[in-house]
Amino acid sequence: MNVGIVIFPGSNCDRDVKHVLDKTLKTDSKFYWHKKRMPSNIDAIIIPGGFTYGDYLRPGIIASHSPIMKYIQKFAQKRIPILGICNGFQILVESNLLPGVLLKNTSLNFMCKWINIKVNNTKTPFTNKLKLHQKISIPIANGEGRYYVDQKTLSSLQKNNQIVFRYENNINNSTYDIAGVCNKDMNIVGMMPHPERAAEKEINPSGNKSSLLIFKSILNQFHIEN
Amino acid sequence: MTLTKNELTYLKNTINRTITPAEFEIINAEWSEHCSYKSSKNYLKALRNDNYSTSMVGHDSGVIKIDDDYVITTHIESHNHPSAIEPFGGASTGIGGVIRDILSSGTRPIALLNGLRFGDIKNINTKWIFKNVVNGIGYYGNCIGVPNVGGELEFDNCYDDYALVDVMCIGFGKKTSLINNRADENDLVILLGNFTGRDGVGGSQFASDSLRSTDAEMSVIQIPNPFVKKLIIETILELINYDCIKAMKDLGGGGLSCAVSEIADSLSVGITIDIDKIHTKQTMMPEEIMVSESQERMLLIIDKSHLKKLNQICTKFDILYSIIGYVTANNKFKVTNKNKILANLPVDLVVHPPLLNRKSSTPHYIAELKKEKKYNLDHIDLSQILVKMITSPNLANKNWIYNQYDHEVGIRTVIKPGYDAAVLRLDNKKYLAVTMDGNPKHCYVNPYLGAIGCFDEACRNVICTGATPIGMVDHLQFGNPENHEVFWSFLQSLNGIKHYSQQFNIPCIGGKVSFYNETIHGPIKPSPVIGVIGIIDRDPFYSIQIQDNDNLIVIGYTKDELGGSEYFHQILDSYSGKCPQVEFKTSKEHMNNVIKLLQNKLAKSITDCSKGGIAVAISKLCMINKIGCIINLNIIPHSKLHNDKILFSESHSRYILAVSDHNLAKTKSILHSKNIIFNVIGKFKGNKLIFKQNSNLIINLNVKTLYTKWMNSINELMSNGK
Repeated sequence: MNVGIVIFPGSNCDRDVKHVLDKTLKTDSKFYWHKKRMPSNIDAIIIPGGFTYGDYLRPGIIASHSPIMKYIQKFAQKRIPILGICNGFQILVESNLLPGVLLKNTSLNFMCKWINIKVNNTKTPFTNKLKLHQKISIPIANGEGRYYVDQKTLSSLQKNNQIVFRYENNINNSTYDIAGVCNKDMNIVGMMPHPERAAEKEINPSGNKSSLLIFKSILNQFHIEN
Repeated sequence: MTLTKNELTYLKNTINRTITPAEFEIINAEWSEHCSYKSSKNYLKALRNDNYSTSMVGHDSGVIKIDDDYVITTHIESHNHPSAIEPFGGASTGIGGVIRDILSSGTRPIALLNGLRFGDIKNINTKWIFKNVVNGIGYYGNCIGVPNVGGELEFDNCYDDYALVDVMCIGFGKKTSLINNRADENDLVILLGNFTGRDGVGGSQFASDSLRSTDAEMSVIQIPNPFVKKLIIETILELINYDCIKAMKDLGGGGLSCAVSEIADSLSVGITIDIDKIHTKQTMMPEEIMVSESQERMLLIIDKSHLKKLNQICTKFDILYSIIGYVTANNKFKVTNKNKILANLPVDLVVHPPLLNRKSSTPHYIAELKKEKKYNLDHIDLSQILVKMITSPNLANKNWIYNQYDHEVGIRTVIKPGYDAAVLRLDNKKYLAVTMDGNPKHCYVNPYLGAIGCFDEACRNVICTGATPIGMVDHLQFGNPENHEVFWSFLQSLNGIKHYSQQFNIPCIGGKVSFYNETIHGPIKPSPVIGVIGIIDRDPFYSIQIQDNDNLIVIGYTKDELGGSEYFHQILDSYSGKCPQVEFKTSKEHMNNVIKLLQNKLAKSITDCSKGGIAVAISKLCMINKIGCIINLNIIPHSKLHNDKILFSESHSRYILAVSDHNLAKTKSILHSKNIIFNVIGKFKGNKLIFKQNSNLIINLNVKTLYTKWMNSINELMSNGK
């Protein structure tokens, strides 16, 4: 199975995602530098977190104009599973692959803490191993993580089952407690919390490893037992 | 600050001709206290660690072998003057600087710690500095993806209108990727990274004088660019992968002047550079180029054959570089502008200014402090005092800070911020524990014992994770060294650190000295800060939730040692009294046996006693576990002290452990067999923290209420009167 991890200048969670995919799930993922072309036989793509282009102008906006995004747009149309984590989510939003925007946290500060989210859609390639309303203990780490959509868009997200994760306690005043969403086709998921930081027992103080299931879902999608 | 008369005479006599403007600026930067260590170098030799097989010398950061394949690198820096004037930029460029030192050795930075000291928090200027220093550190560390995993925070009016911003960085890598630092004639000298600009011109001289006014020229402050730094990290690590780098040095204080002369000196070669080749931000005078401290630049020495690869990798990451010169065999530091020679100095002369033997004398206040200020215990409500202390910004929970730092990136953080020491997992199945500690109040009362105390506390913190200390870095921060009393304190602290290092066999693997930390209010208190790293071969010690009926054990003896304590500061606003003294033999025995208890998983939770004494240590254990405790003061091993002193004495080498009934007998028998002073002093139970003497309640507090106050205290202080 070919999982591609895209690296932009300033990405900083790329090696963490690869660690979880390769060491924990025994996949053979590959890095793709943003200037490189991507092969057509990619099975799934992860855009990791970080500060692409130093968050200059607006988080994700410069990366969304990077050469590799042409390929990602094509894969998106072909319904290849794509997961954007944190800054990866911001890039997907800025690329119009996902609805909504991510605003500055109401605390006006960068926030790094362990929180709980609940699963709201189990039909995506990244949540098919999870149960509806299942609780996941997971860390956030962002300065611009407040998800915002207008009422009309929210209604359509609800109608199309596009809300994937919701905060148990709304830590940053996101619209409708939204922590993660998907597109209408459900192959593209974006989430602000970092599942790669909670997938191993050793570094997860809650001992709750359900975020590993986010990665296991990708394997499940391709009927790979793990 | 510029060269002294003596130095100028020495310089003129040595080169025996007129000094060019460029030469003057080069010497002026390199001979500053900040770069040359001319006041301290003679004394620092005492900390040399040639006898340790694990530590490797000759790198910009301390290097220590942890097995046959892997090394840990560590370095400590401060950015005090800049942070006092422009806290956001000052603090973030401080991070940038220490990161470059780790990178220069050839290792990837994996963790940061920061020790922050500010003036009285009620002061609006302090709040502004504090807030922006934290923002600056967060901005830089978060962006480059290096987790901030620990540190310390202290407020003291000796830092009013000033700040100590100490940053410690840990690197990790394979021994084979360490830079060997070698050079041959005609090797190329490369300046890689950011443009050289007017920002930060003269920063070293600025940091080598007292901060008399905050109207200093803004040009001395460097401008951070963490995005470029992140790319430089990846560029350098990829260059190392292809074995392209023969020698490397970061550009910090003194800019090119210092980096080029110091690398030439350490390699015993000469270097010729042409400043016309340097990529600059704006039109600049040659002298400005030589001393600019523009950030995010590295100096590399490479073999000509690697130029193509260098170009390829720099193009990939869009990182600029210039070939600015070449290595020569004549031990000269030569600077040209095209064909015009601007400077031509012996490397040796630039790097080794005449060293100074400063005078020292015991400060007058020391004798006065020995007499303890009298006070009347009758009017003191100890419950209230404990609440006051726990909510004071020095002892309150620091989540307001560490929640603004990404402390998870890199997925190594096993023990998160907020505990005695942070623990990181390494690629070789081992774990690294790391902490940094200082105690200026103790060091004020007795700079020798105080420095030893900081070292011991840092070791205790590392021990509490189950780790064995393997190395230390120190940062010695004092006022003006020309002041005899300040210099005496420096020598005393240095001596203390040297003795402890020898006694405990913990090598000093790196460090820094920073003088001239003073403002119009006078010099700061002696502020040595000690960072200790420890290694865990098996599993780290994970705390388990304490439950009803678990036992509270104290190890160690509580003595009348409240000089410089948080308690006396709180009730008397005084530092008088006896400074806590570490007994080396006792301390070692306690460490060895605590490790043994932890390895045998006999304790559920553990912490050491430090600032605020036993009362604060027990409170923290209760608050973290959200459980009450009933403690009998009579049976705490002590030297016939009043209740308040038992509660708040800051005697060293004490530990507080929670042990279940099931493990109690075994724990006791281990401690008995080694004749360790300890006692079972209480039981965890309910939701009240109760200290009693016979049947008298001395302290009675609700743990949940206390917890809320402890957690929110700093947030509340910071949201009132922004």
